Amino acid sequence: MTPRPFTRLLPGLLMPLAALAFAWSALAVEPDEILDDPELEARARELSEDIRCLVCQNENIDSSNAELAKDLRVLVRERLVAGDSDQQVLDYLVERYGDFVLLNPPFKPQTYLLWFGPAAILLLGGLAVAAYFRQRGREAGAGPAPTPDLNAEERKRLNALLKDEGRA
Amino acid sequence: MSKRVILLLPIAVFAVLVVAFVWGLAPDRDPSRVPSAMVDKPAPDFDLPAVTGLEIPGLKTADLNGDVMLVNFFASWCVPCRVEHPVFMDLAAKGDVKLVAINYRDKPADAVAWLAELGNPYSRIGADLTARTGIDWGVSGVPETYIIDSEGRIRYQHIGPMQVSDYEETIRPLIEELKQ
Repeated sequence: MTPRPFTRLLPGLLMPLAALAFAWSALAVEPDEILDDPELEARARELSEDIRCLVCQNENIDSSNAELAKDLRVLVRERLVAGDSDQQVLDYLVERYGDFVLLNPPFKPQTYLLWFGPAAILLLGGLAVAAYFRQRGREAGAGPAPTPDLNAEERKRLNALLKDEGRA
Repeated sequence: MSKRVILLLPIAVFAVLVVAFVWGLAPDRDPSRVPSAMVDKPAPDFDLPAVTGLEIPGLKTADLNGDVMLVNFFASWCVPCRVEHPVFMDLAAKGDVKLVAINYRDKPADAVAWLAELGNPYSRIGADLTARTGIDWGVSGVPETYIIDSEGRIRYQHIGPMQVSDYEETIRPLIEELKQ
């Protein structure tokens, strides 16, 4: 038996990796939670990615293995099946857990600082830089201060010096 | 004049940062605390059966009307619940406030054994086997304790184990205020 070339082994080597990649994307969602309707399931997955798991707090419920995350995933699916819109599902959760449950902060007066803060800081920084360069430009444009004319005595000394130099 | 303002600017920025850091590092600030969204809302609609094996009735929304009371979410598997339990035993012995509970995602037999070991301070216990009622209350984990006013409205949500100091400093004054 001749050894098989590497290129023919490649698919066999990549297959487990591909399987792992798929397993990763569906790590937390258990098979019995998945809805039969692929369209509803897709909506559920998308919603779940924006809902914070209240137990392991910087994870969304789609990737969290906490029991509460599982309960919330099931709840989201139940409400979608019952005919809720995406917004109604989120409102239901916000009513109970507050805005904290949303990983994507809502846009409202309490969050203006969050949304506008970075832009405001950038603007202030830009103004400071602009002011700095304008100041520098003004100084450069004016040039060095003009030298005052020599008076009679200075002129005499200068002439003497120049004469000395000429002789040397 | 404007030069002086610019010289003061770094000091002003520094002051703002100091305020932000002092706020952020304050020892009593817990960034993982889930802010309460249920306070001042009426208690959610629920009707939980009794814990199988206990001779204490279950708990439903209507039971919360008529008196100021504490609703404690607990589970036998929850270690901090064990820590706070003596506080509730003490409360029940004094009889200052009505105390009911929701047994959260627990096996009934475990709950029965747990209460037999540590004592039962509750006059009613609802069995929330699926934790669905917990979600309706905005519970993110046990233990949590709610203060309900005489109209069945949630007035306070205490997250984590109830320490004697929590009770004396926060819970008791609020109960006394609500009872007037």
